[in-house]
Amino acid sequence: MSTPHPALFEALLRLGDDRLVLGHRTSEWCGHAPILEEDIALANLALDLIGQANLLLEYAGAVEGAGRDQDALAYFREAIEFRNALMCELPKGDYAVTIARHFLHGVFSVLQWDALSSSTDATIAGIAAKALKESRYHVRHAGEWMIRLGDGTDESHRRAQDAVNLLWPFTGELFMPCSDDAELAAAGVTADVSSFEAKWRETIDDVMLRATLTVPEGAWMQRGGREGRHTEHLGHMLAEMQIVARSHPGAQW
Amino acid sequence: MNPTPTVAEDPSRLAEFEARIAADGTIEPKDWMPARYRSQLIRMMSQHAHSEVVGMLPEGNWITRAPSLRRKMILLAKVQDEGGHGLYIYCGTETLGVDRQELVQQLLDGKAKYSSIFNYPTLSWADMGAIGWLVDGAAIVNQTMLAKASYGPYARAMVRICKEENFHKRQGYEIMATLANGTPAQKAMAQESLNRWWWPSLMMFGPHDKDSSNSDELMRWGIKRKSNDELRQRFINLTIAQVKAINLTVPDPDLRYNEATGDWETGPIDWDEFWRVVKGNGPCNKERLAARRAAHAGGAWVREAALAHAEKQQ
Amino acid sequence: MTNPSAERSWPLWEVFTQPADGAPHEHAGSVHATDAEHALQNARDVYARRNEAVSLWVVPSAAITASTPEDMGPFFDPANDKAYRHPQFYKVPKGVKVF
Repeated sequence: MSTPHPALFEALLRLGDDRLVLGHRTSEWCGHAPILEEDIALANLALDLIGQANLLLEYAGAVEGAGRDQDALAYFREAIEFRNALMCELPKGDYAVTIARHFLHGVFSVLQWDALSSSTDATIAGIAAKALKESRYHVRHAGEWMIRLGDGTDESHRRAQDAVNLLWPFTGELFMPCSDDAELAAAGVTADVSSFEAKWRETIDDVMLRATLTVPEGAWMQRGGREGRHTEHLGHMLAEMQIVARSHPGAQW
Repeated sequence: MNPTPTVAEDPSRLAEFEARIAADGTIEPKDWMPARYRSQLIRMMSQHAHSEVVGMLPEGNWITRAPSLRRKMILLAKVQDEGGHGLYIYCGTETLGVDRQELVQQLLDGKAKYSSIFNYPTLSWADMGAIGWLVDGAAIVNQTMLAKASYGPYARAMVRICKEENFHKRQGYEIMATLANGTPAQKAMAQESLNRWWWPSLMMFGPHDKDSSNSDELMRWGIKRKSNDELRQRFINLTIAQVKAINLTVPDPDLRYNEATGDWETGPIDWDEFWRVVKGNGPCNKERLAARRAAHAGGAWVREAALAHAEKQQ
Repeated sequence: MTNPSAERSWPLWEVFTQPADGAPHEHAGSVHATDAEHALQNARDVYARRNEAVSLWVVPSAAITASTPEDMGPFFDPANDKAYRHPQFYKVPKGVKVF
């Protein structure tokens, strides 16, 4: 096991918690999606994300060196210890919110995994290479739906625009670097998130145009998730997620 | 049950059809078939598909509370499979000339049946074990038989489903075995869950042969190959050994082993309960339908948007 | 909202999966979708969850023309008595390994 590395641990929590929380939110659709085909598609998305979180948190536990495995990190941390971006924890909302969030976060993820697949840390590079393929499909799925919802009926257009407006103020946080990441990014272990923004925006603008949707301008960008200052929603989500594990501390499942 | 009016079938075609079934032939969508064979298949296949889709709900209830990431992924993949299986069987039913939308509407209108087992609530994590082990275990016994059904699209869907379901029962039994060997609280949770699911899972095979209105015809036409009681007995014999292996007990003081037949014989099944749940008065009938209706109504604008978008492209 | 019972269905597509490189595409089942891209995505999500495919085809179900059971005799029986199409029909002199 490698020597404890607090900055790398934090970086892995940021990566893992985004996928865990977003995967959990996506899994809430299971059995309730608009059509059977989409139920299956959303479950695939959730499975990919939780699978990524599983690997990232397992590695985070190893890097931390305190004997915590991925389940200890997922089930026995408080909300203030989570490092996910706020966007991921918002309630699942209607189908437009779900699709828009997958699209906005997915395009970011593709850029992030693409950069991390050449990480100097072999474990991160391995996870990133696998996750990159998954995220590319997520973007294809969500992007095609953005276009169909945006350029579908009046109602779907309105809902899609509402979803983008709701989520937009949470996009800025994705590109805000954390101070403890600078050294790791310089060493090629992680990647500077601020470097993805221009490319991200290009893809977003292209799809938004084809979806006949408008990009909100001048929104105040919320932040806090990376420092553990979350919305009120995360605590409720974790209360549900962690209840069984916490009721039986030390138990095997 | 309202049987469709008997149609006078061409006797020579009927004889040819029945000879083909008797010779283990497979009937395909465009083949001639008696109207009653078609209507029985539509009824049985759509009930089966509805059961898969409604069956997502009781287990879906625990996806967000699964106690480890591994269990969360397994459960999600399993419930997803149920949706996939519903989809395969709906598609198979559509080959008989009905539209999925029409079948779904029958479910939402409360006009179609689905397996009563899904009208019981999931009250603890151990229920994820009991359902996978007992409910999927019972379903596999039934579906292995249906994989030899005379209607090709149904049999082929079943072959695919049986292949995929191999892991469902195992993951359920693994949950139960882990709990049974866990802390005292976990073991109690496992036993309590088995107590609740044992009898309903035996009821899944349907009424005793002497009381089963559709069975004779279904067997004559090769849609079913074994009777309810035969299948139930096979399931009981398989399961009792598994119960013993993890040191749990079934809630049946009359359970006894018959040396002569090699069968485990249970006490009487409470058929009043069975019919009560079938007729809509199980603990969750209303909730299950309400959840399906809410998903369908809530998704209408999404389905319309996709249609509208496709039309704009033409 | 429109009357739900009057809802139009998404069209049906037939899905063909190629299980391995070089193998033929085989019918796997069907999905509902409003256009080809979505049919492809749905086919991927429904019929390739377990590495069952390296390639997918989707075809609108309405575009398939199939032979009917009535065609069975005239279409397929004439092939029954043309044994000369099969290699087993031919005698090979002793001592020659099968080629």
